[in-house]
Parts: sequence; structure tokens; C-alpha cells
Amino acid sequence: MTDKATPASLDHPEDGSRRDFLLITTATVGAVGAALAAWPFIDSMNPAADVLALASTDVDLSPVQEGQRITVVWRGKPVFISHRTAKEIEEARAVKVETLPDPQTDEERAQNPEWLIAVGICTHLGCIPLGQKSGDLRGEFGGWFCPCHGSVYDTAGRIRKGPAPTNLEVPPYTFGDDNTIRIG
Amino acid sequence: MANPKWIDATVKWIDYRLPVFTFVDHHLVDYPTPRNLNYWWNFGSLAGIVLVIMIATGIFLAMSYTPHVDHAFASVERIMRDVNYGWLMRYLHMNGATMFFIVVYIHIFRGLYYGSYKAPRELLWIIGVLILFAMMATAFVGYVLPWGQMSFWGATVITNLFSAIPLVGPKIVTWLWGGFAVDNPTLNRFFALHYLLPFIIFGLVFVHLWALHSHKSSNPLGIDVKGEQDTIPFHPYYTAKDSLGLGVFLIVYLAFVFFAPDFFGEPDNYIEANPLQTPPHIVPEWYFLPFYAILRAITFDIWFISAKLIGVVMMFGSIAVLLVLPWLDTSKVRSARFRPLYKQFFWLFFVDCLALGYIGANPPEGLFVIAGQVATFWYFFHFLVIVPVLGKLERPRPLPESISAAVTRRGVKTGRAS
Amino acid sequence: MRRIALSAMVALALGAGPAAAAETTPLPEQDWSFAGLFGHFEEPALKRGFAVYNQVCASCHGVNGLAYRNLAGIGLDENQIAEIAAEKEVEDGPNDEGDLYMRPARAADFIVPPFANEQAARAANNGAYPPDLTLIVKARKGGADYLYGLLTGYLEEPPAGVTLGEGMYYNAYFPGHQIAMPPPISEGGVDFEDGTPATVEQMAHDVTTFLAWAASPELEARKRLGLKVLIFLVVLTGMLYALKRQVWSKLH
Repeated sequence: MTDKATPASLDHPEDGSRRDFLLITTATVGAVGAALAAWPFIDSMNPAADVLALASTDVDLSPVQEGQRITVVWRGKPVFISHRTAKEIEEARAVKVETLPDPQTDEERAQNPEWLIAVGICTHLGCIPLGQKSGDLRGEFGGWFCPCHGSVYDTAGRIRKGPAPTNLEVPPYTFGDDNTIRIG
Repeated sequence: MANPKWIDATVKWIDYRLPVFTFVDHHLVDYPTPRNLNYWWNFGSLAGIVLVIMIATGIFLAMSYTPHVDHAFASVERIMRDVNYGWLMRYLHMNGATMFFIVVYIHIFRGLYYGSYKAPRELLWIIGVLILFAMMATAFVGYVLPWGQMSFWGATVITNLFSAIPLVGPKIVTWLWGGFAVDNPTLNRFFALHYLLPFIIFGLVFVHLWALHSHKSSNPLGIDVKGEQDTIPFHPYYTAKDSLGLGVFLIVYLAFVFFAPDFFGEPDNYIEANPLQTPPHIVPEWYFLPFYAILRAITFDIWFISAKLIGVVMMFGSIAVLLVLPWLDTSKVRSARFRPLYKQFFWLFFVDCLALGYIGANPPEGLFVIAGQVATFWYFFHFLVIVPVLGKLERPRPLPESISAAVTRRGVKTGRAS
Repeated sequence: MRRIALSAMVALALGAGPAAAAETTPLPEQDWSFAGLFGHFEEPALKRGFAVYNQVCASCHGVNGLAYRNLAGIGLDENQIAEIAAEKEVEDGPNDEGDLYMRPARAADFIVPPFANEQAARAANNGAYPPDLTLIVKARKGGADYLYGLLTGYLEEPPAGVTLGEGMYYNAYFPGHQIAMPPPISEGGVDFEDGTPATVEQMAHDVTTFLAWAASPELEARKRLGLKVLIFLVVLTGMLYALKRQVWSKLH
């Protein structure tokens, strides 16, 4: 026996399998530990407790005239509030729902037909559609028109034409009394 | 060109174009390592692992930190309270700094004891000293970031050191601050530097390893490797040994993180920085205490040179002296095992460093002033007088013929497996 | 005990243990539920402690680092939190007219401090500044023991030879012993909802527990995770030890 030791000289069959077993279990336990240790790092990038607890937004609707649309901020996102005219409501309700790309009735989208509340972010790639100001392009259905890639929404915020896959998102909201709502 | 060792086609293909497998094989697997390294040799690889932990936790902390005087303190508290596992990241980072210094200080004392800095490893040692210096700079600017009272006053005191430089001192301090006091511009640039410096350390570590792998590790006997019989492959021997060391280290490190996270910290740093009020007793983090003691040791002017300037020069000099240590040491023998006198002086020096640390933690009053001066004197006397003179005077014990010869003799005593 | 052992170990290892202790009376060591390996907070104590804070301390001291929503951590439900928050007003705005306005606080708001800023606090307190209490347990040497000592350590008469400054009180544990804060808690100062008698010791103990929670709300999660991690590491290190022995056994 020389003093030179190499891994090859360790390969006595009977010991070898025992060493392999220990090596494999230890390496597995170590790898599981390392994988678990990665989770706190990943999770630290998720929304923090203060972000999740962000206050809901209260909006006073009384100054909003019929036919007027306003934008409020909720969780850092624009929310469209549209005080719809009778004509707009009628248009939204006359549509054959089954022909729509994302079928939803107007009743499902507006708790109170006079008020449409929707997150003002195009469901295609996140631009803010035009249509809030009176001079804006509103697209052929009188709702909103996204200038980025030409998605067209109707007066119920439903996608009618263009690349966006779904209707504008309706945030959770409740009517406080007739004149206020709380979004979130 | 192609390494005949590789059989798998994909491995072969990659290795022919970018020899990563050959590189790993060469430096981590087949790498010939002296067969007699003891556990003190674990601390080099441990330091590397701690550096990686520090960079990883640091990057994730930076994602939630705000380097602005109005928000820094609150953003750290937000990390502690609101960010998912933010407290873990922060305590890992905070205690990681402490562990980094513990590991590196042990690594340095190991080098001093076993004469690892001697030819042909002088540059390896010098790069190590530069790494230490970069670590200190990183730790210092990092400690400012939470913007507590100690952060602020530590930054004020340490940046004011530069005002000791004749003529341009005050200008330099203003330049460091980017204003007329430690303020928002200072915090902002310290954050930028704190993010940058670890990557410079990383680069230095790479060069450190390059130099190491050129002449391979020294060993507890301090004699050169004479042939294959003196070495064993790094894998599986030292991978197994380093992994065990890592396991033990993590137990100690994480015990502090989870059960005594503020043990090494200062309560005052949980008070937000107040530029109008200095805490009654300001001390640096523990790893700077010996240097802090040296800084304060000089209480008298020499000729026209102010005490302040001498203190600053001595403090930087205490690290700089390490740079020339390979040439101050005149002994032909590396390891203290064969140097009976040096061994005693080494331990005396070690105790001197602990004493400096203890003195640095106490207010500079009464006996502590004298003790600080004596300990500081001894620090320099050790390097500048004892080490050079000892090499000439001391009669080393006879060195073993070779590593394998020494190991085998011991092997006979304990009974060999085969 | 563990802490002492650790100090001794580290002091030996580094020769640079915690900075020199000031020459003050030794702190009264209390039995804290949140100390030790299995440390946790007891909800009734936290609730009583919050009551003491809210009815006594809060008139001078803020807890700026806590939001009302954090009170879920002491066991209050959503409605109780909303109720407590609504007692205070916070500034919001600007509204559509561009004005800032006051509205009742909500769960997501930070607990409203008693004074708008340090100057206002000093003006109302004879020039003394009542510090924010969010981190007070971590920001004082001695932590919870110190705080308990401070709250219970008032002497009616200073020891012979000590003259107190104008409007100052003698406290056995406060550095320098002269403190501007009058003895904050007195027997029966708070009516505890759970019927616990409000002795000075009880109140000091409870409010200290509450403030220890306020300083380290992560403590329970930290210690629970820490136990798991350490058990895992001990097992892994044991395996690594066996593996190392096995690998090296062939060599010597």
C-alpha cells in the first residue's frame, strides 16, 4: 500500500455502497435545505404587509354629472367612474352577450346601471385607454379606445374589438349611500 | 486540447469550447492539496461563503431600502415589519457582517501563526490585506445606512479622521460629505459605495484565489509539498471537511440570527439619527474596536505633528504594516510549530489584539489611556522589532523531512485503516 | 442565563464584549414570556399593556412605527381596530379643491402621535422630549428589564445628598437618576377589561410586554423558524460529520 490516496483507491465495493448511501442522503438533505432557504428571498419580493393593507379609496359621486367620467386612483391604478346616460345604458344592454369576445351582461358589470366602475387598464398590455375626457377618441362603441394597440371597449367596459382578451376589470366596490362609493 | 477525461458528449462539446469542466476539475476536484491541513484552514472557504451570503441578502435588502435621510430609518423598520421575511434578510445581513469579520480575523491569525505570508505567497497575503481593507470600508459605509444614532455619529467621527491631513484635510472632508455635515448626499453616496464595494471584494477574492492556486496552500508544517505523496485531491477530502465546517459555522451564525440578533449591535442604533445630539458613549462596531483603541492611544503632540494626525496615521498604519510583513519576517521557517519563541510571541500578540479591543470598547479615561498606549506600542513593536529580530536569533526546531513522512508517523500511532 | 453564557463566550473569544456597563443599580430581572428559546407573547398581557399605553403613555409618547392594522398582532379584530383608529384624525388630501383636510384614521394609517413634531412635544413638556416608544425596548441597554425598572424605580425622596433639578424626579435606573418624566403609573390607574388588578407592577409588566412586542413583532415567527432551522442544521451537520469521517478514514 502506497501513501498515495486517490478516490479510485477508495472504491472497495462493500464500503463504497455505504459511502454512496451516506453521500446521497447528505447531499439530498443539504439540497433540500438550500432550496427551502431560497424561499424567504423570493417571498421578500412579494407585496409587503403595508402594500397589501393599502387603504381603500372613498369617492364622492355627487359632483359627477350625468355623461361625465372621472378617474380616481386605487392601489396605484386608475379607476374609471362613468356616470352613464340613459342612451349609454341602453346601448350596453342591447348587445347580444353571446357574440362578445368575453361574454358578460351589463347587469353583471354594474351594480347600479347609472354608474360603471372599472379599472382603467387595457387588458391587452396595460396601457390606459382614452375616453375619459369629452374630447377623447372613444371608439365606435362609445366606450373607451386604447391608443396602444387599438382595443375598443363599449360603455360597459367590455372588449368589442382589437387584441385585448378580456373586459376591463371591475374592482370590488360598495355604495355607501347614494353619493359615495368605497373601492376596495 | 480536448480533455480526455470527459466521456459524456455534451460535456465534451461544451468543454472543448469553454473549458468550465476542466476548470472545475482542476481547481476544485483534482486540485492537489496538502494532506495535513487542519480545521484552521476551513476559514478561507467560509469567508468566501459569507461574502456570497452578504451579497445575496444585501441585494434583496436594497430592493426595499430608501437611501434618504427622511426615509432611511423608517424604510429599515418597514423591512423589519412589513416586507415578507424582511427581518430575516436584515438580521442575516447584520450578523453576517459580524461573522464575516470573525471568520476573516481567524483566517488572518492562522496565516500569522503558520507563516502563510512567506515566500512565495507574499502577493497572496498582500491581496488578502487589501480584501480586509475593502471589507472595513464596506462595513463602515454599510453601518451608516440604517441612519440610527450610531450610524450618524460613526460616520461623522470616521470621516472627520481625514481632517487630520495637513492643509487639504478639511477640504477632503467636505468633499467626502458632499456638504458641510454628514447629510443626505453622504447617505446617498455611501449607499452607492456599499453596493459597489462588495463586488470589488469579489474581484479581489478571485485574484486571491488565483495567487493561491499558483503555489497551492501552505500547511501546518510550513514545509513545501515534495511530491504526489504529500497531497490529496481536494475532492472528496476537503469538500467533505469544508462542508462539515460550514455546517458548524451555520449553526453558530443562525443561532445568533434567530435567538440573539441584536447581540453584537448597539441599542443606540435603534434611535433615529439626530444631528443635534451625540449619544453619551459612542463606540464603533466590535470589529473596529482594536483600531479605534489605536486611534485614541496618542494623546500627545510630537514636535509640530498633532496627536490627531499621529492617531490617524497609526490606525491606518496598523493595517499597512501587514502589507510589509513578508519582508519584516526574517525567519526561514514558516510554521510556529517549529519556532518555540515565535509561538509565544504570537500568543502574546493575540492577547494584545484582544486587549486593544477591550480598551476600544471603554471610555478613554484613567487606566484605559495608559493601557491603550502600552497595547498600541506592543502592536507595532511586535511587527517592527520582534518579528525581524526573532528570525535572526531564534533556533528553530528541526523540520520534518516531508509532509507524508510526518503524517505517516502520526498515522502509525493511531493505527492505520489499510 | 443563555445571554450571560453567550456574553461570556463572546467576551472571551473577542475580548471585546458589550461596552462597559455604566455604574447604575443592577436591573430587576423579570421573568418575560418572550425570553428564551420558546419565547412568545401572551395575548392578555399584550392587550392589558396596550390599554396602559393608550390610557397613560399615549398622552406624551407616540408609537410611530406601528400602524393601527398592526394591532391585529395583539389579538384585536378588524372592527376593534377600526374603532380605535377612528378615535383619531389624520390629514389627507389634497381634495379636488386642492385643500388638505382631516379625516378619521383607518387601519392602514400609522398610530397618530400625541404631538405633531419634536418642537411641539418639548413645548408641552417643559423642554423635555418624550421619546417615541416603538423601538424603546431595543433602543435601551437592558431592554425590557430596564424599562420595567424605570417604570417601577421612582423614589419619593431622593437619597441624602442628591438635589434634584426643577421639575425633575429621582429614578433608581435612569442614567444620571434625574428624569423629567413624572412617575407615569399609579395603583389602579387603568381599568383592565379582564379584571386583573391594576397594581403598579402588573401595569409595568404588561406595558413592557406590549412595547417589547412593538419593538420586535417578528419575535415569535423568528424563534419558531429558528428552532426548525437549527434542528435541521444539527441533523445535517451530524451527517456531514459522519461523511467526513468516512471519506477520511481511508487516508490515515
